[in-house]
Amino acid sequence: MSGLAILIPVALFLGLAGLAAFFWAMRDGQFEDMDGAGMRILIDDED
Amino acid sequence: MTAQGPIAAAAEIARTTFAVPGVHCAGCISKIEKGLEGLPGLVSARLNVTTRQLHVAHEPALQVPALVEAIGRIGFEAQPLTEAAVVRKDGESRRLLRATAVAGFASMNVMLLSVSVWSGATGATRDLFHLLSGLIAIPTVAYSGQPFFRSAWNAVKRGRTNMDVPISIGVLLVTALSLYEALTSGPHAYFDGAVMLLFFLLIGRMLDSVMRDRARDGVTALLKQTAPGALVAHADGGSEWVRAEALEPGMRMLVAAGERLAADGVIEEGASSLDRSLLTGESAPVRVQPGEAVHAGTLNLGGPLTVRVTATGADTSVAEIARLMDEAGQGRSRYVRIADRAARLYAPAVHTLAAASFVTWLLLGAGAHQALLIAAAVLIITCPCALGLAVPAAQIVTAGSLMRAGVLVKDGSALERLAEADRALFDKTGTLTLGRPELTNAEALSGEQRGVALALARVSRHPLSDAVRRAFEAEGVVAAAVTDLVEEPGFGIRGKVYGRTVTLGRGEMEDTLSCVLAVEGERPVTLRFADRLRPDAAEMLKRLEAMGIDCSVASGDSAASVGRALAELNLTAQTSMSPQDKLDLIARLQRAGSKVLMVGDGLNDGPALAAGHVSLAPGSASDVGQNAADAVFLGDSLLPVAKAVAAARRTMRVVRQNFAIAIGYNVVAVPLAFAGLVTPLVAAVAMSGSSIIVVANALRLRNAAR
Repeated sequence: MSGLAILIPVALFLGLAGLAAFFWAMRDGQFEDMDGAGMRILIDDED
Repeated sequence: MTAQGPIAAAAEIARTTFAVPGVHCAGCISKIEKGLEGLPGLVSARLNVTTRQLHVAHEPALQVPALVEAIGRIGFEAQPLTEAAVVRKDGESRRLLRATAVAGFASMNVMLLSVSVWSGATGATRDLFHLLSGLIAIPTVAYSGQPFFRSAWNAVKRGRTNMDVPISIGVLLVTALSLYEALTSGPHAYFDGAVMLLFFLLIGRMLDSVMRDRARDGVTALLKQTAPGALVAHADGGSEWVRAEALEPGMRMLVAAGERLAADGVIEEGASSLDRSLLTGESAPVRVQPGEAVHAGTLNLGGPLTVRVTATGADTSVAEIARLMDEAGQGRSRYVRIADRAARLYAPAVHTLAAASFVTWLLLGAGAHQALLIAAAVLIITCPCALGLAVPAAQIVTAGSLMRAGVLVKDGSALERLAEADRALFDKTGTLTLGRPELTNAEALSGEQRGVALALARVSRHPLSDAVRRAFEAEGVVAAAVTDLVEEPGFGIRGKVYGRTVTLGRGEMEDTLSCVLAVEGERPVTLRFADRLRPDAAEMLKRLEAMGIDCSVASGDSAASVGRALAELNLTAQTSMSPQDKLDLIARLQRAGSKVLMVGDGLNDGPALAAGHVSLAPGSASDVGQNAADAVFLGDSLLPVAKAVAAARRTMRVVRQNFAIAIGYNVVAVPLAFAGLVTPLVAAVAMSGSSIIVVANALRLRNAAR
């Protein structure tokens, strides 16, 4: 049972980290242009 | 990968957003962004492919028309957007997405703990897990439940009820009871049920909101502002481009051929013919001379005009139409959506059931605590989880399908109203017809002359030149090598082919749409133009009739020209109608019990579009028309109108099936809950099961627009 004391906080922490990452990405504007983001990889940037 | 201009950020930077409907690939991004790089005065340019908007930061000295021209040179058509049209960043979808993310996180973690409890955790472990669940669930309910609580509170305040009232009561009651259970080491806590319910319902809400955003982005990208601004002449001989909002009476606008007037005014210099079809529906151009009054929104077909502004913005003739629209739109805001109509029956039934189970168990001798637990189980099992998904899931699948077919539906309520339509009214100019001149006698030109005409027409943006260019480019005509090309305002285009002078310009017959191609040494040829019917108009009408929808025409144009244009359609028509007449006609029909589908495009159709039970506008419509309409269809064909009605009706069938499924599930589950047999495990399985069935049923609509 002592494993729970570690595992539950770990599980919660990982979940919260994922949630925080999602919020950050949203605020950072990464979902602003879902179609364009995929296309920009294809542009050759030579300069 | 953002285009950078050579000049670093100056003290003042203007930001302008353009709609660029033509972008669709990686090539477009790099062409536009790299193409603009190095433009003097440009600070940065970034293209958003999803919204088809180009965000440009530039120095004020770099004026908007210059930017439009620069983008035009790269090969894309761009329209500056007003501030109001640019979508706000922190919209409703964002808030719902955040709430959904939180609810998703919480339901996963609570479920993790719940599964341990279901698989046999007892004693101190179970109590600990319940407390932990509560610790996660209570802040989640407080945060993610807000959209429901707010809407429910608004309804209750006005003495009404909607779907959110039973949801809010259910979630709050269940959370409170579960907290009590957790604190008193009870066997059952329903935190997982409450949080999962919020998660599923938020997904439904988010779908609804995303659908509206997507359609709005699509429409914004199409918006052709009637006249975003005008070139204003200064006393010192210079000129400056001024936004329509900033125009003031007394300014002198220079209006080139092919441009729309941005304000009402009086002509000071120049004579021309004006196309007023957007304002009045009249298709024949009108000759104007100095001293005559002209209105915002009219298209200058002939020579350049200098117009002294007399009224702007809210004072223009267009504003009268806006006032009519405001009044007309009020009827529609009273429409109650099907989910809320269902809730009016559903909510009282659910609450009565829960109360009844509480009283019954008390009478049977159970303790107040046990009776309350059973009542809560009834509430959570009847909570309209599947009902909340039934409508948005079906509607967003259809909207996606319609979008692929070229119809942008603005919201779910539009689909519901579209399915109810049993009477259709069509505008003529621009709606049943293309609303632009098309070349009718291409055969009058020899092959060589066609090449010359194309080369000349390509230079000008005059509507007739556009028509010539479209006609011959579609035929695959190769443009002749014409040199010394000059556009002479008010006359036409002049050039030279192997030393011979060629012109494409105004003819003698000025009242009809025509122009003359003259090649030195050959007989001049008159090219005639006419507004043609949109393709598939007859097929669309046949399909609508087959669906039991009566169609007729309400046009602002004269009887003669309506008759000519619509001879082959066999429709009844009312002609020479003012915007007020159209409103009255719709009001009369609606009083008689018809649900009117209005299809129109012009400024003059705005009030009628707002008044109709539901309305559609073509992508070529004025901004007023597109804003007032519930849905916009793209392309020239009219077939999407019939497809949209058919798809809307199929959607409503699926929505009704979904309701039936949700109610069928309740018929089975409620007696179980009433009997006190619903444990948190049963509630969780039942809830997810019914939601999945409802969503799967909605997915059958993905080809609804075929």
